[in-house]
Amino acid sequence: MREYLLGNVAIVRGILEGGAGLVAGYPGTPSSEIIDTLGPIAGEHGLHVEWSVNEKVALEVAIGSSWAGTRSVATMKHVGLNVAADPLMTLAYLGVDGGLLIVSADDPFCHSSQNEQDSRRYAQFAGIPCLDPADPQEAKDMTAYAFDLSERLNTPVMLRPTTRVSHARADVALGEIPKRFEPKGFRKDPSRRVALPIHARPLHHELLERQDAIRRELEGMPWNRLELRGDMGILAGGIAGLYAEEAAMDLGLDLSILRIGTYPPPIELMTRLVEHVSTLMVVEELEPVLEEEVERLARLHNPDLRMLGKGSGHIPREGELGLFIARNSIATIAGLPMRDLPRLEEASIVPPRPPALCPGCSHRATYYAMRKAFGKGAIYPSDIGCYTMGVGMGTVDTCLCMGASITVGTGIRFGGEELPICCSLGDSTFLHSGIAGLLNAAYNKANITVTIMDNSTTAMTGHQPHPGTGYTASGDTTAAVDLEVLCLALGAGSVETARPYNLGETIEVFRRARDHPGLSVVIAKEACVIGARRGGKRRLPFRVTDECAGCKVCLEFGCPAIEFDGERARINALCTGCGVCAEICPSNAMEVAK
Amino acid sequence: MTPIDVTIVGVGGQGVILISEVLGRAAAMAGVPVRGAETHGMAQRGGSVINHTRIGSKLSPMIAEGGANVLLALEPAEALRFGHFLSPGGVAIVNTAPVHPITVTTGACAYPDIESLLAPLRRVGNVWSMNATALALQAGTPQAMNVVMLGALSRYLPLPEDLLLDALKEVVPPKYLDVNLTAFRLGKAEVQ
Repeated sequence: MREYLLGNVAIVRGILEGGAGLVAGYPGTPSSEIIDTLGPIAGEHGLHVEWSVNEKVALEVAIGSSWAGTRSVATMKHVGLNVAADPLMTLAYLGVDGGLLIVSADDPFCHSSQNEQDSRRYAQFAGIPCLDPADPQEAKDMTAYAFDLSERLNTPVMLRPTTRVSHARADVALGEIPKRFEPKGFRKDPSRRVALPIHARPLHHELLERQDAIRRELEGMPWNRLELRGDMGILAGGIAGLYAEEAAMDLGLDLSILRIGTYPPPIELMTRLVEHVSTLMVVEELEPVLEEEVERLARLHNPDLRMLGKGSGHIPREGELGLFIARNSIATIAGLPMRDLPRLEEASIVPPRPPALCPGCSHRATYYAMRKAFGKGAIYPSDIGCYTMGVGMGTVDTCLCMGASITVGTGIRFGGEELPICCSLGDSTFLHSGIAGLLNAAYNKANITVTIMDNSTTAMTGHQPHPGTGYTASGDTTAAVDLEVLCLALGAGSVETARPYNLGETIEVFRRARDHPGLSVVIAKEACVIGARRGGKRRLPFRVTDECAGCKVCLEFGCPAIEFDGERARINALCTGCGVCAEICPSNAMEVAK
Repeated sequence: MTPIDVTIVGVGGQGVILISEVLGRAAAMAGVPVRGAETHGMAQRGGSVINHTRIGSKLSPMIAEGGANVLLALEPAEALRFGHFLSPGGVAIVNTAPVHPITVTTGACAYPDIESLLAPLRRVGNVWSMNATALALQAGTPQAMNVVMLGALSRYLPLPEDLLLDALKEVVPPKYLDVNLTAFRLGKAEVQ
């Protein structure tokens, strides 16, 4: 049977077919739909599925579960793997019991990310196998296979889908879902579970010895496909293999092609290709992982080989590849003409449509109030979330990584900046990695203000619950952390909650926080407007009366529901009734539409 | 079956993904290989979205620039923004009801008139244009605009209509099924 599945849903299917008993992760595009999909069906499959507090926590929970003999998964986006890197690097020494899969979804082109790092490098660094699917079918099959590989070789396994795999759809052939294995329970073995130096030294040796076994095991996997034909060849990794194959077909070229789906890559297949061809182009997204490996092989087996790829400038090292780039690059090795990118000159008349905060989003009101109180000159360290889109409002001066608003703000203060500093981060981001920063700021007596923009969800990645919401990934009710109490416990001197839709009061709260001598926290609390609407909560929309003087003050607020018709403001159908514009309007010209 | 590459464009929230979902499910029911690529995450928040659906493909999920047999645009400015995906001699099906981007509502940019958005596309291929939002309203709800466009697209699909409607039934809530079936029919009638 074949079903049309999203890549991430195909991974869910692979998790079920692989007999996993625990899945933990933190949301991050393009990985979030794995746990989004599993949460509601966790019960019927007897799985423990959780949104963990952050990726380090998720991986450690998965490790513990593996050590209890249960097949386990940790899911995250590529930058989440940085957070989980600490457990990862030593886990590679200690090994697993139940098969352990780490899904780290890469985002070439930064569709929804702050960088485009390549997770294959992490796998290389840690010395663990990495499976690099080209499409949803491979993603499902590799996931199901990974647990067995992990158990046999005593190593965690990484699955590295990219955006164009996780968010691709394809007709996928499904396999059987087995009965759940009975967990074996935790087996005490300090030599393999306690990373004391005396244990780590021999385990490091074992890890290095294991590399050959991993390589031999992966060499024959069906995701590595060699077709020897003409004396010009392509070596392609993951999804780039699809682009290369289609481009070669389109160009009518009889190329030798080796497609790679596993790392460390298959040396024997690569050697056969290197010996067979006189020209070789390496097509892979991001880092030249295959290119470096094949250069080494070429020096040994075919020193005259003409090698093209990132080193020669034929394949970009940044961004994502596609059919067009692959086709043109491959055309050059065969001496065929490149095709010009089709362009419509008139497309320049199309107005830009950048992503923006939603109409009625409380973050907009919070930023507006913040700026009123702190002024244009203040320093505004910010963070990762929907609210980063407030960069146009002048209240986002930095965005580095999850939770860094508070710590960077602390450093800006102690680095000698004397202007007011007002940090902003979301509730989910605060709970992910902002807590440590706030504790540090309190402990070291940083004189800054921290704003927690609490919309009671993880909005950007698709409205996942977190420890402040009172719900788990599978929809069960649970304890909800009280942010006010938490911030006070961490040592903040002043903690106040504001309701951003009440703009005047919120500005006053920010003024008091600004004037507080020491660390102050403002919790700007209003449910995400998307979530509120889904929950059936609707407010009456507003309209503009004849009092409008055409001053455009409301337009500066930047709400997509407010338009200007040349003389006067107009409120369009997008209005969600937050009413903040009515507080901003100097002519009192906004009223609830009856 | 002749393979067909469809690029579906619009604004986040218009229901671009649902169209691809229906095409993919119908293709899978027909035993035809199918690939798609879609936009999630940050770009969805009121931004431009592009979806690629390739019926009869086993390779790349994305269509090359200049390779779309059909460009299905749920918003007219997005039709031109992504017009370079339309293949020479291909078909563009465009909803003429604009959704103003924030750059227009704040007065920073002007929204072009519809004909100047469509004229460049006419040079590349055939253009069908309709106010699909008004047709959806006629069917019962403006939210069914995407299904109006699906109905229009159905004229060019190498898939039996009953499979498309079966797939549609799987993805829309039962209480909106009749409205959506009407929307599909109204859209289909716009393309001869």
